[in-house]
Amino acid sequence: MKKKLFTRNALGALAVGLVAAGSSLVATLSPTWAGESEIFHPMMVTRTGPFASAASGVSSGQQDYFALVNMNGGIDGTKIRWEECDFGYKTPRALECYERYRGDWKIVYPNSTPAIFALAERLNTDEVLGINIAGGRSESSDGETFPFLSPVMLNFWSQAASTIRYIAELEGGEANLAGKKIAFIHIDNAYGRQPFPIFDALAEMYGFEWKSWPLGWPALEQSAAWVEIARRYHADWAIQWNYGQSCNVPMTEMKKVGFPLEKFIGTLWCGSEEDILPAGDLAKGYISANYHGVGKEFPVIQEIIEQVYGAEKGNIEEDRVGTVAYNRGVLTGIIIVEAFRNAIEEYGLPLDGRKVRDGFRMIKLDDARLAELGATGLLPPLAFSPTYHGGIDPQLFQQWDGEKWETISDWIPPYEDVVKSQIEKASAEYRAQTQQQ
Amino acid sequence: MMVEECFPATRLKKDMALLPRRIDKLMMIAVLVVALALPPFLGDYWLKGVMIPMLILSISALGLNIVTGFAGLISLGQGAFMAVGAFTGVIAYGRYGIPIPLTLLIAGAMAAAVGAVVGAPSLRIKGLYLLVATLAAQFIILWVIQRVPWIGAGSMVTINTPPVFIAGLHIDEALEQYYFALCVAALLTVFALNLTRSRVGRAWMAIREQDVAASVMGVSMLRYKLMAFMISAFYGGIAGAMVVFAWVGAASVQEYDLDLSIQLLGMIIIGGLGSVLGSYLGAIFVALFPIAISIAMHNIYAISGGDIVSAATLANAEHLLFGALIVFFLIVEPLGLSHLWHRFSGSVEAKLSRFPTTNQTPTRRRPM
Amino acid sequence: MNELIYAIELTITGLLIGSMYSLVALGFVLIFKASSVFNFAQGAMTLFAALSVVGLFPIVGFWPALALTIVAMCGVAVFAERVIFRPLIGGAPLVIFMATLGLAFMLEGSAQIIWGTQPYGLDLGIPIEPIIIGGVYISRFDLVAAGVAGLLVLLLVLFFQKTKIGLGLRAVADDHVAAQSMGIQLRRVWAVAWALAGLVALAAGMLWGARIGVHFAMSLIALKALPVLIIGGIESVPGAIVGGLIVGVAEALGEGFVGSMIGGGVQDIMAYLVALLFLLFRPYGLFGEKKIERV
Repeated sequence: MKKKLFTRNALGALAVGLVAAGSSLVATLSPTWAGESEIFHPMMVTRTGPFASAASGVSSGQQDYFALVNMNGGIDGTKIRWEECDFGYKTPRALECYERYRGDWKIVYPNSTPAIFALAERLNTDEVLGINIAGGRSESSDGETFPFLSPVMLNFWSQAASTIRYIAELEGGEANLAGKKIAFIHIDNAYGRQPFPIFDALAEMYGFEWKSWPLGWPALEQSAAWVEIARRYHADWAIQWNYGQSCNVPMTEMKKVGFPLEKFIGTLWCGSEEDILPAGDLAKGYISANYHGVGKEFPVIQEIIEQVYGAEKGNIEEDRVGTVAYNRGVLTGIIIVEAFRNAIEEYGLPLDGRKVRDGFRMIKLDDARLAELGATGLLPPLAFSPTYHGGIDPQLFQQWDGEKWETISDWIPPYEDVVKSQIEKASAEYRAQTQQQ
Repeated sequence: MMVEECFPATRLKKDMALLPRRIDKLMMIAVLVVALALPPFLGDYWLKGVMIPMLILSISALGLNIVTGFAGLISLGQGAFMAVGAFTGVIAYGRYGIPIPLTLLIAGAMAAAVGAVVGAPSLRIKGLYLLVATLAAQFIILWVIQRVPWIGAGSMVTINTPPVFIAGLHIDEALEQYYFALCVAALLTVFALNLTRSRVGRAWMAIREQDVAASVMGVSMLRYKLMAFMISAFYGGIAGAMVVFAWVGAASVQEYDLDLSIQLLGMIIIGGLGSVLGSYLGAIFVALFPIAISIAMHNIYAISGGDIVSAATLANAEHLLFGALIVFFLIVEPLGLSHLWHRFSGSVEAKLSRFPTTNQTPTRRRPM
Repeated sequence: MNELIYAIELTITGLLIGSMYSLVALGFVLIFKASSVFNFAQGAMTLFAALSVVGLFPIVGFWPALALTIVAMCGVAVFAERVIFRPLIGGAPLVIFMATLGLAFMLEGSAQIIWGTQPYGLDLGIPIEPIIIGGVYISRFDLVAAGVAGLLVLLLVLFFQKTKIGLGLRAVADDHVAAQSMGIQLRRVWAVAWALAGLVALAAGMLWGARIGVHFAMSLIALKALPVLIIGGIESVPGAIVGGLIVGVAEALGEGFVGSMIGGGVQDIMAYLVALLFLLFRPYGLFGEKKIERV
């Protein structure tokens, strides 16, 4: 009895010790100084949890691009040193990561719409640009209202509009959209609902009908919705706005209710290998949107394979190089490095959030520059300005052939006027909401 | 035979005090001094990344501890109560310009009203059944917040708050936000300490230990069970509003999902059911440990140069380690971390006091 | 008429999905029956089992992978009983519940360390094309899955009725102390219950995996089982089946009819609404015993 009590006390002491050790670890967290010719670049990453599958490719793609830049002498001699903070797609942990590296951030890319929403306020105060490519706050295309936020490419509204234009193209013109029924099956959250105003506006313009099927996260069971779409609503087209692992669920369900796969179009967030691999053969022929070119046949990715992986300095399994998520990482890396480069040219070292933001606003990726970077066809030409933070861009459409993605369309632009007027409207609402009192 | 035991009245009076033992008082003063004096010397990372969220989570955990720890009614809906408070807060302050202190009360009251409805099934069911009923509430409340257009969560599901002013003072610096949160937490803690030592608190404990017996003895089930749920939700609601006003600056539905409710339940179980102190210790454990592990892992990664283990492996090892730690602490101290303090302080108090205190270690009991 | 066919199709879809829910719920029932523990790690066990099968498959082939996974699940059961639950015997149920949450973190973390974060497809070779009877589409895959679920339940019922260990489990469920005094080894019985739950998790993981793929989000499927348990009664094997079917049908009909009236998305709260109704009118479920109060 006495001995047992002793053990318990000893264990208790150990427990207290662990708490103390844990806390002191936080205390010893030393701020990291960037050397003279070095840019210290903290990164928020998701390597755990349900979203790690694709997100890890995006993070590693960026790192491989940074590694390539560094191996070729850096940005005019300045190397990039990065450090990861894993937040597992959990918003509170993203806030903690942000605070952990506060003051070190040059540009924040959490690759999570909820996280960028939660960070917005701090980014604004600290004057650090937060980007969430093809996501985040759609109206942050308006650089005046959102000086420190940007969707960079294809905000959600452009995605929705471009997808409708693609359907119109397949139907043989907008005139043929009249009377058509479009089923929109989506995750029931900020991400999944953003297309609503665009669909409403376009439905009024072109006379088609659309209906929403919201799905509660994790949306792994969608059978009833699909029975309704196919057998009661008799949809002509279906658009999915699922996320992560719910992207492949419709493939099984469509097969079961006999809805044709060729009348089904996925969002670009359901357009990576990880999203549909679990569906196996059922996904053969599936079409999804995308905002960049696919495959390894871009000079910049070939260079990465040769130099970075040649030197065994890669940041991910080599067979994932050239996947959709990976290419997204590389193109994000390109944009970040361009922003760094512009900022260095304009202000010199050391960099801070505001300088990089200004550098970002100076980005002009025209055909000539894209060719220089070896990224022709990987991303469309882009140009930002203090008033325009990107986001109104065309989409590519791609089809899964069972093994890989094949691009099957040209760049399909959104209906620019509709998207622009929505951006103006929402920005005005935001200003009213925050600048009261 | 000790003197005090011969004079029950003295003992009762002593028990009725807010903090019956001298060591608790000393501890409380020490904690308060540290909580007030230390923060100006801490960086923003500590304040915004650790302390503020920890304080806010503690408030919510404290509320949950009232219903689950004191009254013995398990609840997995605390996250949703926080959501109710957050959205009520952001609407009351942002849309109608109601002053912050009043807004906090309204947020708490609104959550309490919802809590009364959610708590109703507790009159008939307990244990796992109640857990599922509150879980249902968790889902349904969030669903409603997203679906009612008036709330305005609409397509964005996020509402921003205008700049926060309290009595003309602009609260935007980390330190100000911290003191604001500390002030709210302190008030609510004192209230909870008082409440749990009052007639109400004893009624709850009677319900927890034996609700049939309590009801036979004239403790009104309807009144006290609903009250426990309402007060717990009130705390949750205020904590939710504090998330908006002192931490994130916006209300968004996805932050209050089931994960948060489970985390909160975890906090009070690890910290100690039926213990005010335990709510804080649990919040510290659940909020701090993953971060501490993550930083430790990060340092390991940095030292190893990334050659030995991949970043993904380390990130997942953090998950694994945190799970193991939960189990470890539960085995070491099934009554919660607060019990460690009681045992430690009990022995100190015995040395401090000429008479061994009567209110030493609580007996080992089943909290539910 | 079309509405009728639609309703029939929804009902059948719901029944078939419901049988898959039952499968997940069964794992909870087994552990609760033997040890009055609500095992939060059941979802993580499902993930762990399914990931092990698809991870081992390319290395050793399907059947060996299955066999190795069964061994692994038994290993998890023994580990859980030894390291986690034996020290906590006699503790508050809520504390043990929390410990299962810790176990869930451990399983999820180790599964992802071993098998990585990439999702896998799982093709069991079951045809997915629907059978069409009188205009009603019935999924072959779901039929097979329902059949497997039914078979599993039958086996479990036989196990409880006919085998010595099964009888021991029932005795323990009825009265721990009495069972112990009759010479039943509590610990062994618990390890067996955990191992059985692991096998059920494996079956659920394979069938769900073939349906939605094998990936991290799979552990969330377990949440679907909670309303099932309330409706059926937490310690009843037949209850898990009937509860699963009720939830499946309620979800399908709710989404198909009510959903379209109020903007959809009712499927996920439907199960909980039905569970709440049961809590109001039949608090201990269809087959539950009235005495249960612990978590």
